[in-house]
Amino acid sequence: MTKDEVKQVVLDIIADIAPDEDLSNLKPDVRLRDQMQLDSMDFLDIVMELRKRHGIEVPEADYIQLATLDSCGEYLTPKFNALTSKG
Amino acid sequence: MNQHSHYDVVIIGAGMSGLAAGIRLAHFGKRVCIFERHNAVGGLNGFYSFDGRKYDVGLHALTNYVRPGIKGTPLGKLLRQLRIERDAFALCEQKRSRICFGPRGELSLRFTNDFAVLESDVADRFPSEIDGFRRLVARVKEFDDVSLNATPVSARVVVGGFLNDPVLVDMIFCPLMYYGSSSPGDMEFGQFVIMFKALFLEGFARPREGVRVILRVLLEKYREAGGERRMKCGVRRITTDGGRARGVELDTGEVITADHVISSAGSAETDRLLAPAPIERDAAPTTGERLSFAETITILDRDPADLGWGEDTIVFFNEGFRFHYERPAERIDRRSGVICFPNNFDYGPGVRLPEGILRVTCLADYRRWVSLSPDAYRGAKAEDYQAMQTSALRFLPPPLEPLSRVTRATDMFTPRTVEKYTGHLEGAIYGAPTKVRNGRTKIENVYLCGTDQGFLGIIGAMLSGISMANFHVLSKGG
Repeated sequence: MTKDEVKQVVLDIIADIAPDEDLSNLKPDVRLRDQMQLDSMDFLDIVMELRKRHGIEVPEADYIQLATLDSCGEYLTPKFNALTSKG
Repeated sequence: MNQHSHYDVVIIGAGMSGLAAGIRLAHFGKRVCIFERHNAVGGLNGFYSFDGRKYDVGLHALTNYVRPGIKGTPLGKLLRQLRIERDAFALCEQKRSRICFGPRGELSLRFTNDFAVLESDVADRFPSEIDGFRRLVARVKEFDDVSLNATPVSARVVVGGFLNDPVLVDMIFCPLMYYGSSSPGDMEFGQFVIMFKALFLEGFARPREGVRVILRVLLEKYREAGGERRMKCGVRRITTDGGRARGVELDTGEVITADHVISSAGSAETDRLLAPAPIERDAAPTTGERLSFAETITILDRDPADLGWGEDTIVFFNEGFRFHYERPAERIDRRSGVICFPNNFDYGPGVRLPEGILRVTCLADYRRWVSLSPDAYRGAKAEDYQAMQTSALRFLPPPLEPLSRVTRATDMFTPRTVEKYTGHLEGAIYGAPTKVRNGRTKIENVYLCGTDQGFLGIIGAMLSGISMANFHVLSKGG
């Protein structure tokens, strides 16, 4: 998967968790919580939806890596690709 | 339905908090089952059918109402967490409410879902207090009220730092206590903030068909997520082994094992479930420390407005200028109470409820109700129905027709009714005075949700279930 595809995965999850947020103008390098009303409960949900839908585990110490869309792409893409290669 | 004997999580009680916890857990793939002793869901916020009519228990109004687009409030959080669309609850806003003090309610503060109405009434009736009031509001807005580990502080002490007039202080406390205080006289400041936001800064709304709309949505979500539910299936005991819960034993004797148990039964009630042998309900020591209420329901052949009662949605009344929120010295406290007209929500042009409804709620003393023989109980209900009606009518304009002529049906519930159907000791509506915010019990894999965890009201109850499911089960990856 490319980083852009992974970012889209994250965006899809946010769209389901927070249907009342406008995601069309998100800046990829700005913290998500500075652009939207996302609290710690919402971040927990992003992590849990990643596990539920894609089998991706994000340990609590790494939550900080999900701060921006760009950092999500950097952090999660190797995880997605590791899963695919395991097949 | 397939019934299993092992679950990741067993939830005790199908009220708002248990259902919300169940939705979260089932959504994330936990195998979860809710056990409910009663034959209906809802717990303290249920409804019942009687003589062809459906009556709500508990819900006067859903608090915490905000209009679409307002984010970061409890209503929005819970809709997100439960993946429920806002429109599903079909919420209709209140028209207007008031707090009225004095023998005929001469001193009144109006409030609506627009905070400016309350602010302007405070400025008008208490001009010397308005600056302090505004500073108090600023303090409320900045306060972190959802912390699970906050140190308790007296709300009266904090509010006393902003307001000098004890009458205004009591007028503000009155609705907040009636809608969410489990302790007499004072509240914990965090709870005060939650309630102040819920009632004044946010507001009241109601689905046209009442609380069952909300319950229906929760049940549907829970079922879709794969959650199981067993009704008329009470938990008699939580079984333990070496400091951990192994599961539950049902009233039928059936044994269920579980990795986690979430109990909405109450703190003391859950402790009793943890006792080595089942404890009969009647064996409960009555402390009298829990607050309970009585409520009368009067079904009218016309809209309350057509009786000349105007468009009040909720009226918090108190005959004196100081307000006493405490266990009454009689079966009911006639001095104060809450009037609710479910008709007076804005259901849209031309939409009315089929009948008029007048509900009156007063504080009641469980101990004076529970000891009555069946005959004496019926007599007490008849007498106190009249007393509550008479008390409440002092705060409304005289009806254009005698009430007896327009009344189609009446009903009343007491602390005894509440205890019977919910299992909450002493019919406690808001649980025990002491809350366990982090939901922990003496057993490591048994957690509380609901009234004794301490987020109160319908929205609070759902958030309680959500928070406890997140905190104790989901965030641990377990």
